[in-house]
Amino acid sequence: MRKLANIYWLGVKELRSFLHDYVLLGLVVYSFSLAVVIQARSNSQELHNGSIAIVDEDRSELSRRIAHAFMPPLFQPPQMIAERDIVPMMDKGRYTFVVDIPANFEQDVLGGRRPGLQIDVDATAMVQAGLGSGYAQSIITTEITDFLSNSEGVPLSPVNLDVLISFNPNITTAWFTSVMGIINSVTMLAIILSGAAIVREREHGTMDHLLVMPLTPFEIAMSKIWANGLVIAVAVGLSLYLVVRLILGVPIAGSIPLFMAGVVIYLFFATAIGIFLGTVARSMPQLGLLFMLVFLPMNMLSGSNTPLESMPPWLATAMQVSPSTHFVSFAQSILYRGAGLDVVWPEFLAVAGIGGLFFGLAILRFRSVTAQGS
Amino acid sequence: MNGPARPVARIAGVTQRYGHVIALDDVSIEIPAGCMVGFIGPDGVGKSTLLSLIAGSRQIQSGSVLVLDGDMANAAHRSRICSRIAYMPQGLGKNLYADLSVRENIEFFGRLFGQSRSERDDRVGDLLESTGLAPFSDRPAKKLSGGMRQKLGLCCCLIHDPDLLILDEPTTGVDPLSRRQFWVLIDRMRSRSQGMSVLVATAYMEEAERFEWLVAMNAGKVIGTGSPTELKAKAGAATLEEAFIALLPVEERGDHKALHVPPRHIGEGEPIIVARDLTCRFGDFTAVDRVSFTIERGEIFGFLGSNGSGKTTTMKMLTGLLAPTLGEALLFGKRLEPGDMSSRYRVGYMSQSFSLYTELTVRQNLELHARLYNLPADKAKARISELIAWFGLADYLDQQASDLPLGIRQRLSLAVAIVHEPEILILDEPTSGVDPLARDRFWEALIDLSRRQDVTIFVSTHFMNEAERCDRISLMDSGRVLATGTPAQLVKSRGAATLEDAFIGYLEEATGTGASATKPLAPTSQTVRRPRSAIEAHSGFSPRRLLAYTIREALELLRDPIRLGFSLFGTTLLMLVFGFGVSTDVNNLSFAVLDHDQSTESRAYLEELRGSSYFTEKPPLADYGVLENRMRSGNIRAAVEIPAGFGRDIKRGRPAWVGAWVDGAMPFRAETIRGYLQAMHALYLTDPAVITTVPTAPFPADIELRFKYNQDFDSIYAMVPANISLLLAIFPAILMALAIVREKELGSITNLYATPVTRFEFLIGKQLPYVGVALANFTLMFLLAIFVFQVPLKGSFTALLLGVLIYVIAMTAYGMLISAFTRTQIAALFGAAILTVLPATQFAGMMTPVSSLGGGAQILGRAFPMTYFVPISVGAFTKGLGFLALTPDLAALAVFVPVLTLMNVLLLRKQER
Repeated sequence: MRKLANIYWLGVKELRSFLHDYVLLGLVVYSFSLAVVIQARSNSQELHNGSIAIVDEDRSELSRRIAHAFMPPLFQPPQMIAERDIVPMMDKGRYTFVVDIPANFEQDVLGGRRPGLQIDVDATAMVQAGLGSGYAQSIITTEITDFLSNSEGVPLSPVNLDVLISFNPNITTAWFTSVMGIINSVTMLAIILSGAAIVREREHGTMDHLLVMPLTPFEIAMSKIWANGLVIAVAVGLSLYLVVRLILGVPIAGSIPLFMAGVVIYLFFATAIGIFLGTVARSMPQLGLLFMLVFLPMNMLSGSNTPLESMPPWLATAMQVSPSTHFVSFAQSILYRGAGLDVVWPEFLAVAGIGGLFFGLAILRFRSVTAQGS
Repeated sequence: MNGPARPVARIAGVTQRYGHVIALDDVSIEIPAGCMVGFIGPDGVGKSTLLSLIAGSRQIQSGSVLVLDGDMANAAHRSRICSRIAYMPQGLGKNLYADLSVRENIEFFGRLFGQSRSERDDRVGDLLESTGLAPFSDRPAKKLSGGMRQKLGLCCCLIHDPDLLILDEPTTGVDPLSRRQFWVLIDRMRSRSQGMSVLVATAYMEEAERFEWLVAMNAGKVIGTGSPTELKAKAGAATLEEAFIALLPVEERGDHKALHVPPRHIGEGEPIIVARDLTCRFGDFTAVDRVSFTIERGEIFGFLGSNGSGKTTTMKMLTGLLAPTLGEALLFGKRLEPGDMSSRYRVGYMSQSFSLYTELTVRQNLELHARLYNLPADKAKARISELIAWFGLADYLDQQASDLPLGIRQRLSLAVAIVHEPEILILDEPTSGVDPLARDRFWEALIDLSRRQDVTIFVSTHFMNEAERCDRISLMDSGRVLATGTPAQLVKSRGAATLEDAFIGYLEEATGTGASATKPLAPTSQTVRRPRSAIEAHSGFSPRRLLAYTIREALELLRDPIRLGFSLFGTTLLMLVFGFGVSTDVNNLSFAVLDHDQSTESRAYLEELRGSSYFTEKPPLADYGVLENRMRSGNIRAAVEIPAGFGRDIKRGRPAWVGAWVDGAMPFRAETIRGYLQAMHALYLTDPAVITTVPTAPFPADIELRFKYNQDFDSIYAMVPANISLLLAIFPAILMALAIVREKELGSITNLYATPVTRFEFLIGKQLPYVGVALANFTLMFLLAIFVFQVPLKGSFTALLLGVLIYVIAMTAYGMLISAFTRTQIAALFGAAILTVLPATQFAGMMTPVSSLGGGAQILGRAFPMTYFVPISVGAFTKGLGFLALTPDLAALAVFVPVLTLMNVLLLRKQER
């Protein structure tokens, strides 16, 4: 009871100081509003405005049709270039795709001579090249088929494949990037806020003061966790309702309360590791470097940027230790696939467990921290 | 002082405001040249502001300040006379660099004043010799005692033979012996440099007695000027302290009277605090060496010693904050245990830095502490109102602690420390930096606590008059107790006149350095005053000054092995992880089948899928419910359903259908899976090995995909060069931002304000070491790329190297830009993280070309240097481009350097506001 009261009052103090720091407050607001909107509208995870050029040596009806078939939003309007320009333009990265239609293409198609048509793809623009080459191929195939059958429907093959995308039928990337933006901000903020809170108390000498009072390191750490966690949880909630749903118009399939429960568990972990780093670092530059070393892999490899399936198996397994991986995974399950607690509880448990571990380590380090004070 | 010399400074109608606070209120004085001028008065009356205005390190708001015959508002004049002024700001060693050695610190200042190597060596040797610092020339400044640090500060000021020396409270927190030596040193310097003017602010009235001319200040106004004798005569007072109080406006004098300490009624005899052979070592440094003492109930026990003599460490051991390396501490007759809560309710502690939460109001601070000590609500209320009345805090209740005057803040600190009515009070330099009047009021409260409430008080101080009020004192130096006893006993046993003399006696005996201060000066320096190396000091740009900052920053980096290690190998580590982990090659996709048909035909179709290296199969699905559940849980990324009658339809030549569900939670992955499925389906249709269907006629055209630069479309060839760009964006920017803000927060930025170094030299000088670190990072990452990831460099190495150089200069400049807007390291860290990580990972062409990004993202991307470096890195590594092809991107990148540098120079202030 007394413990709870201490934790509560220390946390209230923490909140008061936080609300007093306008620069910090401004950065928090930015990272949960504008930053999320910009990321959601960035189209960085899809084929969008792919730059394309066409070398038309055929100048026929068919070649014109093919050129016209490449349209926004998937592709920029194609530019007509000469064959000798292909290499310099692609070297400069001006075009990701160049379609080379040889002379007599239409005649050869009609004559059944199977002419060749080349699509040069800049294979260093990975996301675009991968998705775009498939699209380009199917656009050209459709055009040729239409041309041959005189715009009548495509005759059915003996076997046909019908691909449905579940949970996000039109593959709208904003649904994904908006929430991933929130998740990345959560990790960044929680670690910096709680870590810096420890370093700051030490620099201002107030940590000594707390430790001579009848307070345990557990209570001090807990108060920072709940106060910083609350700030971020509120920011996440507001951001989900106001920014993601209202401004970006993303439909959320699952239960927001369940997701928020997950956020709270994740925040326990993230603030705990922040406190741990705060006890390890001796100065702010050191905290900054530690933060980078911990945050960047957690952010880049969590599955929010590139799929976990693209990592070598050993690394994907190793990333299971990082709660950010579980966070991304259960966020996707809950928000897009509408999964319930019966599905996500193992991930909740994993995050809580790892959080508990770092919390324990932070408490252990707490006392030795003050020894460095003088 | 012979003849009416022209004044060294003429101040007219100067008013300075910080927010609501008026620091200087229409001040006008003329300060005579060639003599020693003292500025006296309580804290926060504007002494420091006035001195920093004269030094030219602070911007003048209104009024005129003429120094050395020129207007200090005029930047040209300031830079002309800058090398004739030396300024030592308040705070022990604030303008020094803790990690640098004594010699390195002085050399840094020598370079700032454009001295050549031979001249510098000459002067440094001379100064070290004459200040007695020579034996310690290789010791880092942070390991110096307060007195030595102060001497070092003076050396740094005198390296360029200034005409005007400005010292802001140079002796606060320094032991009496060092203080005495310090003044001897100043006198000798003055006799050596004829005509040097010295302006000193001090809180010690007894020091002020030795000055030739005094400026007494109060509440932003000058309340009296003249020699000490004149001031005393004017006020009809015997001492300067009394004279000063007499000069104050009537309402502020208060009921000042000499403090009386009633005798202690001895008798209980039970020791409350016992220290036995307490020893504390940090590494090879012994902070406290076998300290023993006992303190009885109700006693005021004083700890006297300079900064760094081990007072704080001893107190920390008594509060349980530090575990002693050896020996033991007993409170209330019990050994101190770290987890023991019950004793903490009986102890109050006030640490050196006034441990208040400055963002909270007075009331909130009191309430918080009452709650944390678990006072019942009604009792807490009564206690708080009692304390408010006692300490006169009623007028400040709803003010933030940060806005309080120092004296009030200190009273609040004490109130907070005794809110739970402790039996022991441990106070660590509670009066440091507080003016004499406020100090007396504070001691009244302490005496009351001790004599009336029987509270045992353990207090450390470096003020002699406070020590005299203690029942007993211990003199400390270099971690050892020199002597313990009542003040009278100590004076008597030394046969000294005052406690100060007694202390000095003990110190000289202990250290054996008593003679050092009176060592004769080297003969050369006594007579010859060398010509100032003024050529460079005036000129607009000096490579030597720039280099001074580069050398210093590099030394600091080298002295912090953790920071250096992380900044050198952090990128390498992340490069390894990202090289394997950040990839767009999607593999190992889990799928399961729902085969209603179970025919030869359906198995033949699925065989095509099962043979694919992209997919791994999970146990088959029983029905739709299972399909939905397993999709929902993320167990499978795709499901393929073959309806009943699939085989029959094929046999009869009717179009057959296959359904596939793809998890759309991650759009990129979903698109990729769809592409794979369609490609696999097309393969099935034309596969001659599939005997269940008639292969369809080949498509009338042969559409051939050619993956240029990267035939296998393996993302490592794109991602490894991109990762290099990413890591070279984030690390240099953050390190740089923190390096600049650190100077602001720790105070060494004063050297920019007060020395001839220009903003450009300062910024570039600090930038170079980080550019060096980034280039080292690049070298390591380049080797990793070639040898570990086997990504060959196909194009121009020269272009890549040039690109890296321009890029890291641009990114460090970007970090500086962030630092221009932040004042604390936290904000710099946070701001730099937010403003580099997001653009670097998402908007700079690492995954997606910038030209394809939507609105805001594209703008952010275009304004970020990495956008122009990614094509250079990828181009040189994977596209195999030569220098010529990379020129446009190199040029675009190069534009950032002058633009960012110019912005940084414009945003940095040469003066404090």
